[in-house]
Amino acid sequence: MSSKDRLGQVLGYAGLILAAAIMLFPLAYAASTSLMTRAEVSTFPPPLIPADPSLANYAELFRAVPVFRWLLNSLVVASAVTLGQMVTASLSGFAFATIRFRGKALAFALFMSTMMVPWEVTMIPNYLFFRSLKLTDSYTALTLPFLATAFGTFLLRQFFMQIPRDLEDAARIDGCSRLRFFWSIALPLARSGLITLGAYTFLSTWNQYLWPLLVTNSKQMRTVQIGVRFLMNEEGLQMHRVMAGVVFFMIPAGLMLLWGQRYLVRGLMAGAVKG
Amino acid sequence: MASTVGSPVARSRPHRSLMEWLEPWLYLGPSLALLGTFVFYPLLRSIYLSTFLTDLLGRPKLFVGAQNFADALTTPKFLQSLGVTVLFVLYTVPLGILLGFILAMLANRPVRGNKFFQLIFSSPLCISVATGSMIFMMMYNPVSGLFNYMLSVVGMPKVNWLVDPRWALFSVGLVSIWLRLGFNFVLMISGLQNVPQELYEAARVDGANGWSQIRHITLPMLSPTIFFAAVVGVINAFQVFGEVDIMTSGGPAGSTSLIVYRIYQEAFQLFQFGTASAQALLLFLVIMVLTYLQFKLGERRVHYQ
Repeated sequence: MSSKDRLGQVLGYAGLILAAAIMLFPLAYAASTSLMTRAEVSTFPPPLIPADPSLANYAELFRAVPVFRWLLNSLVVASAVTLGQMVTASLSGFAFATIRFRGKALAFALFMSTMMVPWEVTMIPNYLFFRSLKLTDSYTALTLPFLATAFGTFLLRQFFMQIPRDLEDAARIDGCSRLRFFWSIALPLARSGLITLGAYTFLSTWNQYLWPLLVTNSKQMRTVQIGVRFLMNEEGLQMHRVMAGVVFFMIPAGLMLLWGQRYLVRGLMAGAVKG
Repeated sequence: MASTVGSPVARSRPHRSLMEWLEPWLYLGPSLALLGTFVFYPLLRSIYLSTFLTDLLGRPKLFVGAQNFADALTTPKFLQSLGVTVLFVLYTVPLGILLGFILAMLANRPVRGNKFFQLIFSSPLCISVATGSMIFMMMYNPVSGLFNYMLSVVGMPKVNWLVDPRWALFSVGLVSIWLRLGFNFVLMISGLQNVPQELYEAARVDGANGWSQIRHITLPMLSPTIFFAAVVGVINAFQVFGEVDIMTSGGPAGSTSLIVYRIYQEAFQLFQFGTASAQALLLFLVIMVLTYLQFKLGERRVHYQ
């Protein structure tokens, strides 16, 4: 190894470490602040590291607001939407990939066209719809509009299309019904597509902000994101407590990234083509 | 192709043809019903609402034709929002892509631990708008915030990050860039990994140095990715809402009133659902043009499997 190569490697590592430090700084600082006392947060200059780290802020947070209820709400909503999308999109993706029928091209175009419609356009009528049914502050309002997905249909269709036609023909001749073929052969073969869709959907639903802001009023029905937003009002500007909430609520999504980075990344990149 | 080509079994039993016809629609049914109810119907409803003035409950009251659109395009507030949004795009999209590219170049080197750094660089993917904004709000605090402390250390005057109209949009943009950086990073690194290594080897044989390799191989080969990132970034920037809602509420003096926040205020604070619908449809138009560009010019980039 020449000295020039070695220099390049050292510089490369220096760049990596510097970039990583900058990117992680806000998270590390939030975590550090969440362990500080009130006196520490209000001193100037602000300390970077708590002198006497304590979990008191977390205890205070759990006491002051229904943290676990919000966590439950977010879990219920994200899981329901994820599961719902996996069901509806695998059914429709399967039909588009393997069945020949009249009107397919039109139906497919109709599906795909919904990807172009930005959420902001449909949000007002959807909000008015749920309000007129007196369904705000309900899991129904939080989940129902998101249970179908053109993007997921498209994604899973790609996976189902990779299944050899011969395989289906053989199964059908052996007397396997289409539904059974779908359930016991096609779905398992599209597994990685399903996980990709699931990881993407779960995370984006978990992080959703505008819609839950619109349809939740009661404190009990807030999702995690809305809960965090209003911690400010609850706790005044006591940032050390707010940060305890921020850090606590970041854990599930962080675990998700650790667990399924590959799927998540693939899903996010495919999902980016949505309007 | 005739659509009657079914399995041999079905063909021999004509009485099953109704079932045959119905079957695909049963599979499509759940999706169609939901998309119809929550996308197509609301879209039409939006168009309908956009031609009316509504009451506080969103019921159409007075037909005004295209007046809401004309108003949107002439009221200073909406025009300001459009201008602010365009400025926001200029602040965030090029810089975000550049930073994503730099991170990807750093982490794409075959060194030990690069997988670990790749994970760190993609970490903003899992940070929500709400949490990210709260963290930055703390650091932006003019009195006790870290940013002003760091400025004071290097002898610079304090900045009222979120309160000064000259700084607020930039400050909001910084948060957006950070939140999007994980995405830009994974996009860029997957682009880099698709560049054939032989090209670099050939260039090295020809004596091309690092910089000219970047200029003549990496950037041209990456251009579809960069284009894709740019279009997606612009669309995303046009839809930014949470950062503004949490950190500035559109202020000061409307300097951070991005278009979706403007629509939100119009609909959910002023209860002008008709005019808000018109504004949302104008946003739709912009996004439609951008999406069209993306599919037309960037088709090559949309294959991932």
